[in-house]
Amino acid sequence: MELVYAMAIGIVTGSGVWLLLRPRTFQVIMGLALLSYAVNLFIFAMGRLNMNQAPVLDPTRVIDVAQYADPVPQALVLTAIVIGFATTALFLVVLLASRGFAGTDHVDGSEGEHR
Amino acid sequence: MSGWTAHLPVLPVVLPLIAGAAIVLIDDGKRPLRALLAVLATLAQLGVALWLAGIAGGLLHSPWGSEIGVYAAGNWAAPFGIVLVVDRLSALLLVLTAALGLMTLLYSLARWDRAGVNFLPLFQFLLMGLNGAFLTGDLFNLFVFFEVLLAASYGLLLHGSGAARVRAGLHYIAVNLVASLLFLLGAALIYGVTGTLNLADIARKLPALTGADRSLFDIGAVLLGIVFLVKAAAWPLNFWLTPAYSSAAAPVAGVFALMTKVGVYALLRMGTLFEPGGRPPLFGGDWLFYGGLATIATGAAGMLAAQQLGRLAGHAVIVSSGTLLAAIGLLGNQYTPSMLLYLCSSVLATGAFFMLIEMVERNRSYGADLLAVSFEAFGLADPDDPTGPDDVVGIAIPAAMAFLGLSFVMCALLITGLPPLSGFVAKFGLIAAALEGAAGLTPVGSWVLIAALLLSGLAGLIALTRNGIRVFWSNARSTPRLQVAEAGPVAALLLLCVALAALAGPAMDYLQGTAATLHAPERYINAVLQAEGVGR
Repeated sequence: MELVYAMAIGIVTGSGVWLLLRPRTFQVIMGLALLSYAVNLFIFAMGRLNMNQAPVLDPTRVIDVAQYADPVPQALVLTAIVIGFATTALFLVVLLASRGFAGTDHVDGSEGEHR
Repeated sequence: MSGWTAHLPVLPVVLPLIAGAAIVLIDDGKRPLRALLAVLATLAQLGVALWLAGIAGGLLHSPWGSEIGVYAAGNWAAPFGIVLVVDRLSALLLVLTAALGLMTLLYSLARWDRAGVNFLPLFQFLLMGLNGAFLTGDLFNLFVFFEVLLAASYGLLLHGSGAARVRAGLHYIAVNLVASLLFLLGAALIYGVTGTLNLADIARKLPALTGADRSLFDIGAVLLGIVFLVKAAAWPLNFWLTPAYSSAAAPVAGVFALMTKVGVYALLRMGTLFEPGGRPPLFGGDWLFYGGLATIATGAAGMLAAQQLGRLAGHAVIVSSGTLLAAIGLLGNQYTPSMLLYLCSSVLATGAFFMLIEMVERNRSYGADLLAVSFEAFGLADPDDPTGPDDVVGIAIPAAMAFLGLSFVMCALLITGLPPLSGFVAKFGLIAAALEGAAGLTPVGSWVLIAALLLSGLAGLIALTRNGIRVFWSNARSTPRLQVAEAGPVAALLLLCVALAALAGPAMDYLQGTAATLHAPERYINAVLQAEGVGR
């Protein structure tokens, strides 16, 4: 499971970085979105991967940390998702404003000399 | 552990939050009420910050029984809950934030707050983010406050709109979003190996980390270091700064002068806390020292090359960041007090300079940096137009040119570090420490540092003199019209720098205490981990 998980994060990160370095604003925002998914998966993995374990205390289980999933990364991911969502939405507005002002979707506001 | 004063540390976060939310709810038409609320909230923050500084400095009675105040949010003790920590460094930066915030706010009320919607609430949220970042003792909470201040800064940077601002804003937001993602990666890695996010607890567990865990921790710390260096505008991560700061509205750029120092603060705080367990790379040592020198060099070159005063000021911010980073990189207790004095002095000076530039350049063409559309949309009129409403013009203060010229000279003295103002005192302290061969420096290193400090001052002086001649001695310009509400805050900031130079003795006493606390991290760690909740 770890290998599949790590490869998934790697592929998403790689795609995100590639898109981030592209010259069109829409590609940049897609790159940022992919990167934030990869980062969220990574934070989740830092609580260690395990299955069928509750993050909150369950009276029917033995009180033993090995029996529980770490709840902190889950809370962190939730916060990161909310913040990432808000800032991406804000970036989208700026992207549209830039498109309106510059008449082009190039990140520098002009096409430059080399197309 | 009783009485409401124990709740003081949370006020710098709660006050701007409530004020900002309240201002959003007040109708746009009730402008005086909105402005009054914003000014009162900022004044209250200044009062609280001064009080906290008094407690941390040992002048006032401490409700915590020690100099380091710990506030456990929701009374959950560290390391399980989130703590706010007030020590001398935090209190100093809170005072600096509130003072600069108040002056830029007053300046903006002259007319800038009308160049777009919701300036005042965004400004309060920016102050909340800054205060929170200086107070928090928790790594993830630091991320949250970074995001609060960044989200507000995105809005403020775009305030007034216009093609240049949107283009600079696009780059600024993209760079900071990537930096935030790196922050999350770093924080997650550190949590993965230490199992805690509390800074004091991380510092306590650090010496026990060995082998692969220590390597993973270092990787996480380096990711964090990169984030802080992006915020602090260290070369080569600083190309976003000059376009963003020079295109921002004047009061926004004024308060942004403080924002690079959040990165410097984070590096200083974590670097000193992690010292006993082995400082991770990028938080001190050669990397920071030579990175700081390179930053000084690029900033100085940029100052010499700048054609516009706005870009010149942006490069001055980079030089000041570089100086601070180089001084932190030396790891020496001897440098810290002068470094902190330089931080205060350069923040106040560059903040005043950004606002001064707008007044100086105003006679070039009114509103050249604002779109004509937004002028119409928000009912701003050209002050030279006799048919315009009177309240926009206000009373033109006499001898405007003399005031501007004098302020410009004072800013130049402060930024380049010439006597007799506080910039000189701070740079002199740094050079004196280097000459004494303070710890952490080879003889060559100390001479390189001295040369960098002096040459960057010389470059700044050349650039500022040349621009001063161009601006003040040309016949083509008319005398700009100023309002007291605009000139007053700039004068107040510069007078603060004069006071900082005149009262350098007491100021240095406080800063030496700050350095002593910083370089004895076990006091911070013990205070946080042994703190009891309020009212227990």
